[in-house]
Amino acid sequence: MRKEIQIPIGEDERKKLRIYDQLYLNGQLIVARDSAHKRLAALLKEGSPLPLSLKGKVIYYMGPAQAAVGQIIGSCGPTTSARMDPFTAMMMDEGVVATIGKGPRSEEVRDAVKKANGLYLTAFGGCGALYAKCVKKSRVIAFVEDGPEALLEIEVENFPVIVAIDSAGNSVFDKKKLDV
Amino acid sequence: MHNKSTEDLERQIADRLIEASSTLEPSLVEALLKMKSAYENLVKQQDICDERRNQLLSSLQVLTMIEENLKIAGQDKVPMCQDTGMFVVFADIGPQCPYTMSELEQIITGGIQKAVPGGYFRHSIVEDPLFHRTNTGTNLPYVIHWRTCEHGSGSLRFLLKGFGSENCSASRMLSPTTSPDAFIEEVTRMVIEAGGKPCPPIVVGVGVGSTAEMSGVLAKRALLREVGIHHSDEEYKNLEERLLNSIQKTEIGPGGFGGPLTALWVAVEHMGTHIAGLPVSVAISCWADRKARVEL
Repeated sequence: MRKEIQIPIGEDERKKLRIYDQLYLNGQLIVARDSAHKRLAALLKEGSPLPLSLKGKVIYYMGPAQAAVGQIIGSCGPTTSARMDPFTAMMMDEGVVATIGKGPRSEEVRDAVKKANGLYLTAFGGCGALYAKCVKKSRVIAFVEDGPEALLEIEVENFPVIVAIDSAGNSVFDKKKLDV
Repeated sequence: MHNKSTEDLERQIADRLIEASSTLEPSLVEALLKMKSAYENLVKQQDICDERRNQLLSSLQVLTMIEENLKIAGQDKVPMCQDTGMFVVFADIGPQCPYTMSELEQIITGGIQKAVPGGYFRHSIVEDPLFHRTNTGTNLPYVIHWRTCEHGSGSLRFLLKGFGSENCSASRMLSPTTSPDAFIEEVTRMVIEAGGKPCPPIVVGVGVGSTAEMSGVLAKRALLREVGIHHSDEEYKNLEERLLNSIQKTEIGPGGFGGPLTALWVAVEHMGTHIAGLPVSVAISCWADRKARVEL
């Protein structure tokens, strides 16, 4: 079923959401992909301060294309979440309540989502032009030298996703018969 | 080098690459829309459980969003996907080709240098792959595979190869006594391993024969073939059909949500091989199998 969601998403609201719910997100997302995760993890490991607090945040796994004239951001669909699996528990321990990407996750991520009463949401892979229309503001927070892998904060409206792992640990990638 | 014809060719390359980033070939769009209407019918089934209906509704939603995204990309002339890929070039050189290999390499570089800023491509390429991973900011270097052709000047064909799907590539050295049935099982296993990661629905290229490295090139070459066009050899055409059926049975579904349709097309390319071996490689493309062609 279709639901409008305002970010930040409180714990009570997260607990009400179930796998396959079709959500339209409004509010702030933190954008980070491979390189930003590696750098944030290194900062955490050495005990250095992060460039932002991750408490209550929603991370979107994405690296945008160049913005066309008149665009706020270039094409900006999700990247494959599985590559961020080794970092996800660490980020959720820092306060991240939901992540957005595409494709399946590890068992470790499912456990981390459950523990945090969090969510894993899938955005629609390859739909970069559509997602660019949902972004109303964008600014670089850190790692500007990494180009499309910089850490960003974006404001989105009517940003379509599907709940893929819910706070109870149910996953849409569980029940599929993959026997040939 | 910088006479009119080389500049024209650079411009043509740039135009085709930009077009490819926002528009898919008609037969691929048709295959996507056909799959969408199949899922529209599937969700109407009465005798299915809630879980199955949810899977099918999610898969349908993926295809609906893809259709909407293609409309926006086409209208706004922006990349359909932020991953505008790594450029993989297939140069087929004929006896009438007016350029040397090094001239062509420079012309391709020139075309890419025009396309990347002109088409708002993402800077997706790093220089040193292991130690520094510094973004080149140019989408260079590109990958090129050369081959000769018998007649005419030849052509340059390009894949804009996204890496969500590239990361799902696989190769194996099978036993030479492998049966076609076991071969199909092996390729299907490789696709299952990819699962929902490469942005299904997918286009699958299979390279069989030759050597370990060449089978990978053959698999990529198979992705160049227009969706809907089978191999000209009857046995390989039949193999493509059987592989497609087998991949549909994986139940991966659009976005990995599940469903009886996962692949848009399967193409196989083959070459002779050694008596001791049967190399096979699988190249997977996301639904956005973006390609461009320029005649020389």
